Amino acid sequence: MSTGAITMMLITEIFITVITVYFFWKVLKTPSKPEQDSTSEKSDKE
Amino acid sequence: MTKTQSSGWGSRVGLVLAMAGNAVGLGNFLRFPVQAIENGGGAFIIPYLVCFLFMGIPLLFVEWSIGRFGGKNGHHSTPMILDSMDKRKLWKYIGVFGIFTNLAVAAYYCYLESWTLSYVWHTIADTFGGQSQGQVASFFGNYVSLNSIEPIIFWIVCLLLNTWILSKGLSGGVEKAAKIGMPLLLIFGAFLAYKAVTIQAGEQGAIYDGLKGLDFLWSPKFDTIWEPKVWLAAAGQIFFTLSIGMGSIQCYASYVKKNDDIALNAMSAGWMNGFVEVVLGSAILIPIAVGYFGIDGLKDLISDGGGLGLGFKTLPYLFEQWGGVLGVFAGVAWFGLLFFAGITSSLAMGTPVMGFLQDEFGWKEKNAAWMFGFAVLILGLPTVLFFNNGVFDEYDYWAGTVSLVFFAFIEIILFSWVFGFKNDLEEWRKSDKILPLFLFTKLPSWKEITTGADIRVPGIFKFIIKFITPLLLGWVFFASFPGIKDEINHKKSNEKINFFSSTIAIKRKITEQQKVLETKKDFSPKYLEPSFSNSQLDLNKELNVSTYLLLKKQKDLLEIVDNPTLRKGKIAEVRKSIFYKNISRVFLVILWLGIAYLVHLAAVKRKKNRL
Repeated sequence: MSTGAITMMLITEIFITVITVYFFWKVLKTPSKPEQDSTSEKSDKE
Repeated sequence: MTKTQSSGWGSRVGLVLAMAGNAVGLGNFLRFPVQAIENGGGAFIIPYLVCFLFMGIPLLFVEWSIGRFGGKNGHHSTPMILDSMDKRKLWKYIGVFGIFTNLAVAAYYCYLESWTLSYVWHTIADTFGGQSQGQVASFFGNYVSLNSIEPIIFWIVCLLLNTWILSKGLSGGVEKAAKIGMPLLLIFGAFLAYKAVTIQAGEQGAIYDGLKGLDFLWSPKFDTIWEPKVWLAAAGQIFFTLSIGMGSIQCYASYVKKNDDIALNAMSAGWMNGFVEVVLGSAILIPIAVGYFGIDGLKDLISDGGGLGLGFKTLPYLFEQWGGVLGVFAGVAWFGLLFFAGITSSLAMGTPVMGFLQDEFGWKEKNAAWMFGFAVLILGLPTVLFFNNGVFDEYDYWAGTVSLVFFAFIEIILFSWVFGFKNDLEEWRKSDKILPLFLFTKLPSWKEITTGADIRVPGIFKFIIKFITPLLLGWVFFASFPGIKDEINHKKSNEKINFFSSTIAIKRKITEQQKVLETKKDFSPKYLEPSFSNSQLDLNKELNVSTYLLLKKQKDLLEIVDNPTLRKGKIAEVRKSIFYKNISRVFLVILWLGIAYLVHLAAVKRKKNRL
């Protein structure tokens, strides 16, 4: 592979992989909020 | 009266995977790599990421927010969600697009999905064993020509599977499917990517290394980066890959609890889609095709049906070259991956329709799911029976392109310029009025994005959502009309040349096209003659893909024009195609009006209940 291609590919793929893993890890690690189901308290327009 | 939804998301991971599954579709593997090589190679990633930042992420925030806002009021489909955001009656009819698009896209998408299921079966049954590349390609042609009843059987099986999963509800059906489908998709994708990039010239029939394909795809052509067509391609890719403008994200998000995060969830699902598209999507199709056919061969294959043609007409043959169990496993992995990418998207298309029937007409979940399946069966029948007459493409254009770009454009205007605008006006009056109201970016709807957020959303997105994204979207919408797109792509395209014109007129148009091509810096006139005098169009190795494809189209066109029998046949074919396209347009208009009527009935019903 040419230097330009490999540089472009590695920078892009590492960048996207790191961000994807970071956000998914944050989703897994963030504790869920106390139960408060919106669908149980209807405040319909009517 | 709004019916309380019994179902909701079982877990946050399930929701994120389902949202990512909604976004990840066949286009991640079949469309993205072709777009990249046609629009600057590695340099394409720059406009791609810029468009993701300025259009993709803001629209994800907006659609998740609109969905959660609607859910707070017990709405799970866009007509009533949009209706609850402003007093004007018009909005619920704009919201019709959020149901219409899902039904119309599901009508052809489920057929596409059923091909993958069928190809998994044929790979296991060794149908492609010992076949030549031409035979494998003909298999696809015969398949979509309905030479047997098999495509219809697989299509119905696929519809039944979708309906059955939907009837199990969100946590019991959709979420479980995403939790199984997404990890399997990643495993299959990683396996195929590894195999593709490690293809060695001279082994298993390969002519080149797989890395040559990666090199071709990732070599940056920075001189293309300022071309409007490259930016339009990037914006279009970002838009379609994220499943924005369909109404399905809003529906999924409407089942999120009112104080739960949406910002982090949206980012996680959006980037996961990007990972699948850029990291896996770029490493499978092109490296394998280049490994066996070289770059010129790849260009030929693209001209013969784009990414879809490569995926279905060519790859089964190439997997056969890997031999035995490995070949079968690779085939199952490839079509299995496409199937999981497809079904997680088609399930998302069912939920807004079900949500509407449940909320407005009190339907039970199961009945609503079966109604969706039945509607898709009826609507999809023309795309199956008249696939070769362009009905599939017509649905894809009006529902899968124009309708969703239009809806997303109007939706972001509603969110950033109408929703809570009175509060904005009040705030502005109370402020020092240094900024004119037009530039006042308080954005009252901002709190809908940040409430319960588990990440800090940068304030710059207020400005982006209010100004940049609508402008970008407006441009994509404007450019989605064929004539305008051709202008941006510098194409005096062959689509504009029809077979009803005189031979002289056709040849004159082609000469005009060639003059335009000659002015392009990547195209030297000396290659023009050989391109038409030889049967192979591979004399210029540096010819970019779009120029190459145009030349090939011209060559095919000239062959038809110069042969009266071929031309007569082509004219009959075009006439037939125009007839079916017009019928499908009428069909889609009737569908939109039908949904609008149901929305009207639902509104009347709500009014009566209020009295």
